[in-house]
Amino acid sequence: MIISVASGKGGTGKTTISTSLALSIEEEPVQFIDCDVEEPNSFIFLKPNNLKKKSATVLVPEIDKNKCTFCGLCQEICEYNALVVLKDNVLVLPELCHSCGGCSLLCPEKAISEVDREVGTIEMGKRNNIEMVYGRLNIGEAMPVPLIKMVKKYIRKNNNVIIDAPPGTSCPVIEAVKDSDYCILVTEPTPFGLNDLKLAVGVMHELNKPFGVIINRHGMGDIGVEEYCREEKIEILMKVPFEKEIAVAYSKGIPLIELYPEYKRKFQNILNMIVNIVEKKANSKIMQER
Amino acid sequence: MKVIVTSEGKNLDSKVDQRFGRAKYFMLVDTDTMEYQVIDNEAVSQGGGAGVKAAQITIDSGAKVLLTGNVGPNAYEVLKSGGMDIIVGVNGTIREAIQKFKSGELKSEGGPNVASHHGLQ
Repeated sequence: MIISVASGKGGTGKTTISTSLALSIEEEPVQFIDCDVEEPNSFIFLKPNNLKKKSATVLVPEIDKNKCTFCGLCQEICEYNALVVLKDNVLVLPELCHSCGGCSLLCPEKAISEVDREVGTIEMGKRNNIEMVYGRLNIGEAMPVPLIKMVKKYIRKNNNVIIDAPPGTSCPVIEAVKDSDYCILVTEPTPFGLNDLKLAVGVMHELNKPFGVIINRHGMGDIGVEEYCREEKIEILMKVPFEKEIAVAYSKGIPLIELYPEYKRKFQNILNMIVNIVEKKANSKIMQER
Repeated sequence: MKVIVTSEGKNLDSKVDQRFGRAKYFMLVDTDTMEYQVIDNEAVSQGGGAGVKAAQITIDSGAKVLLTGNVGPNAYEVLKSGGMDIIVGVNGTIREAIQKFKSGELKSEGGPNVASHHGLQ
């Protein structure tokens, strides 16, 4: 089963929740997939051993200027303006390229080959029963989605998989959560938290994904998030109090369930509930098909 | 001499559009006769790489000098490769910009003057 932890607003506590959720699973094997490739930080809490690193590359065009006749076809078909054909030169702007391969496929002179360009690294390690995989996008790269896809290839569906998603509601989030069986949205009880929660809920509806909400820093801000969840009949799975000790532990890389071991039971309850919801959904799908 | 200017409107009294990639129009102006031609900026609706596309349009126009507000790094690279003289920080109307250019008040810059995606902000 795959459970992803997403948020809409950044800095609400996705990593706090996802790492403790993973650490509270007792049965093996657990996979923790950090898809927040622009700032992966779950390894600070999970502290994996024997880290292995792999270069993550995408394909970009390379022009053989001896063969090129500057016909301009590649430029014409490139949706992202990654190729510019001038009078006697072709410019490749690799950071705009989406690696579709169209230019090299269609070049009548076969003057375009595809070469690897590194966009980041994939790092892997293990701690106890948790296998960790995370991507780290190189500084200056504009597109996280290809790297998120590469990181997700390591998922083995039969494992207990926890995905730490990036913040926001755009392509990187969709890519991270789209194959999940369930999504936990972490929010904070502030107008900002509520605004972005509504956007994230919109994504969940669009993806037809079962989801629930965890309110972090409960006790600060206002009751807007709770009112919204009540009105929309959205399950509030847990409330984590707004507390200095939790922030201090976070700043030292100590997972929530190591600070407060009683949270293990709470996370396990949530997991059991999610398993029930996912199984119910799967069963009703089977019934419908019959 | 043919000069191309980013423009918010379609005549010489329109304002210089401060955005390059997402400028509304380009005005190709003959500095000797002040005759001009309006070119639609197809790049305005591009998801990404608008500056690159706009650079292509301006190079294809045959102009040798570009007057505009801001140019980002990708557009700058393409414009330079296409042999374009780039003058940024130009404001006022198209007519004023051309006059300033003719009097030698405007100087071309050594590099892009804004970061990527500036025109989207």
